[in-house]
Amino acid sequence: MEKKKKRSIVRGIILGVLLAAIVYTVYTTATKDKIKILQEGSQAPDFELVDLNGETHRLSDYKGKGVFLNFWGTWCPPCEREMPAMDRQYKVFKDQGVEMLAVNIAQSDFEVQSFISNLGVDFPVVIDKTRSVQKAYNVGAALPATVLVTPEGKVKKIITGEMTEADIAGFLESIKPE
Amino acid sequence: MEKIICTCKHVNPVGTKLCEKCGRPLTTEEQEKSVVDMRYDGIAIRSKTHNKSIVDKIWNFFSSVKVGIALIIITLIAASIGTIFPQEFYVNVATEAEKAAYYKDIYGTIGSLYYNLGLSDLYSSWWFQIIVGMLGVSIIVASIDRGIPLHRSLKNQRVKRHASFMKRQRVITEGQPSEQADKTLDLIEQQMKQLKYKVRREDNALFAEKGRFARYGPYINHLGLIIFLGAVMLRLVPGFYVDESMWLREGETRAIDGMDGYFLHNDKFILETYDNDPQGEQLRQGVNVVAKNYQTNVTLYKQKEGAIAGQTSDLEEVKSYEIRVNHPLKHEDYSIFQMDYRLNELKVMHFDLQNKASEKSLGAISIDLTDPEKEYIIDDQTKVELALYLPDFSGFKDGVPQTASPFPNNPAFIFRMFTPETPEGETSFVSIGQPAMEPLGNNQYKMKFASVETRNMSGLTIRKDKTIPILFVGGIIFMLGVVIGSYWNHRRLWVEQLEDGTIRLAAHTNKNWFGMKKDLNALTTHAHLPQYVDQVEEEQEQKEKEGDNTL
Repeated sequence: MEKKKKRSIVRGIILGVLLAAIVYTVYTTATKDKIKILQEGSQAPDFELVDLNGETHRLSDYKGKGVFLNFWGTWCPPCEREMPAMDRQYKVFKDQGVEMLAVNIAQSDFEVQSFISNLGVDFPVVIDKTRSVQKAYNVGAALPATVLVTPEGKVKKIITGEMTEADIAGFLESIKPE
Repeated sequence: MEKIICTCKHVNPVGTKLCEKCGRPLTTEEQEKSVVDMRYDGIAIRSKTHNKSIVDKIWNFFSSVKVGIALIIITLIAASIGTIFPQEFYVNVATEAEKAAYYKDIYGTIGSLYYNLGLSDLYSSWWFQIIVGMLGVSIIVASIDRGIPLHRSLKNQRVKRHASFMKRQRVITEGQPSEQADKTLDLIEQQMKQLKYKVRREDNALFAEKGRFARYGPYINHLGLIIFLGAVMLRLVPGFYVDESMWLREGETRAIDGMDGYFLHNDKFILETYDNDPQGEQLRQGVNVVAKNYQTNVTLYKQKEGAIAGQTSDLEEVKSYEIRVNHPLKHEDYSIFQMDYRLNELKVMHFDLQNKASEKSLGAISIDLTDPEKEYIIDDQTKVELALYLPDFSGFKDGVPQTASPFPNNPAFIFRMFTPETPEGETSFVSIGQPAMEPLGNNQYKMKFASVETRNMSGLTIRKDKTIPILFVGGIIFMLGVVIGSYWNHRRLWVEQLEDGTIRLAAHTNKNWFGMKKDLNALTTHAHLPQYVDQVEEEQEQKEKEGDNTL
């Protein structure tokens, strides 16, 4: 009996390991395209970019403040539509410890500058010339994409697609420091 | 658990066909056969021994050869279905809708069905991976189940076997040697040793065997397969496998996909063609030019240690390289390959500021589309301001011009022209292929398009594959197993000399009976033995004769 029991355990372990390998394979393949290097709850990758006024913004400098990161491009109509709402909410929340940073994906200074001054928005706009921040945050071709960073520097939420003003207000509220 | 106790008092596990010790047939089925089944030497296949818990049931399912063969056939059929139409991977469109349309347009209704059933991405489908995974489990379980008892039984072979075992072997002899009967066993030993057999003797019995390792061929082969499958699986583990591609324009520096902390600058893309006059086959097939070289000159940069994303002001140059087809840039485990190109994307546009009536030029400006400037000054009183630049003009929406992408496919500009004659400025909307629009009234001046400068784009692929050595090892082990199992065979000879001097001999080989018989012929002559009989051949002859009678 002893021997039989041992054999059953060995078989169970072998089958279990093989099952785990299959499950892992199927799971990783299924989520391969959608995989987020960046996950909600994980540390937001630090970065440093220069805004249109020549000022450097480094994410880690905003520790203790919530950061609303919005990735956008001038060719993206929903990005354009949500920006005025973002600007209004930025003015409400900037004195409550929440920063807003719009990250343009690798366009020229002139295009970004003229686009922003036509819209007349005031939040800081940085340009990710080499797309390294886009890569670090795993932002694909689908814009806009918004990442909410908590005062502790953790990713609170990743939003792809257009947001309403109420959405934006809610998101900013959710990353307000205590 | 039940055991089978042989007449020789050896205790065998349930399912044993031939006694592990003396070789007596234990089942009625084996007893009725004139030649026993020697495939696994009559051992009990492990799974057959008990069949109780759920673990045992699953184990037994995978241990079955029938299940294994079924899985192989299913895998083959599924894999071949995937080759009917190209897989999505090879279809150069981005969105799901475009893919659906592609299969429908090119292959019609069947193509549409193919796409909708998910067969266009068959090899990444969950069910295909489960089938291959089950095949892997089957290989492992079946090998353990047969390999371990077989190994044990081959290791513990007895010299002396029971008459009922000997008589049921395919090739047998029984009779008096014609000469030197008292020295027969010595003669046999001598001859078998000369034939490179390993010989063991016990009392009046002799056992000779050769090429036992050939029996392990299939198991070595399976081990290779499992290593191969494991390596393919490892590709999914982060850090083992990277296969990314990127477009890089001349003059551009971009973070490299899949290669964190590294940046690549495209110095120049070169396309060279043979400048011969088309002739022969080239002419017949209507090929004008033949490509000679696709090359991208690049510089690889690395971020400083501890630098963070976006800090690109102090990149360190790693190396410069001319990437050509089959000559990738190699760095650490990564290779960057030349894969594709696009020529002549707009880079710089030259315009002339002209008086519309006299066509007199006041000067020229050049707009670098990758970095347009706010104003272009020609002299004290003459300048052109750029009010808007749209790289990919796609029409107006609510009176506002729109761009469809960030790429300069269809550039459009709004200029404000200041000249000594028009110090207030005139506004003009200029786009390709359309007359300039003058939204604020008729202008005296215009921006006349002069010429363009273009740049090329390189399509590069970034690869890293740490599984290749493992794949090689798996493949080599696999082939080794095939060779061992195919070119060597396990030949065995059992001999017993009875009290009256009669020699009882039985021989077995797992394949190549011709070779076995050749050895036996030499032995028969050397030890003066009676002629051996091949019981299987005899049976066949018998059947053929009977067949003849019925005709």
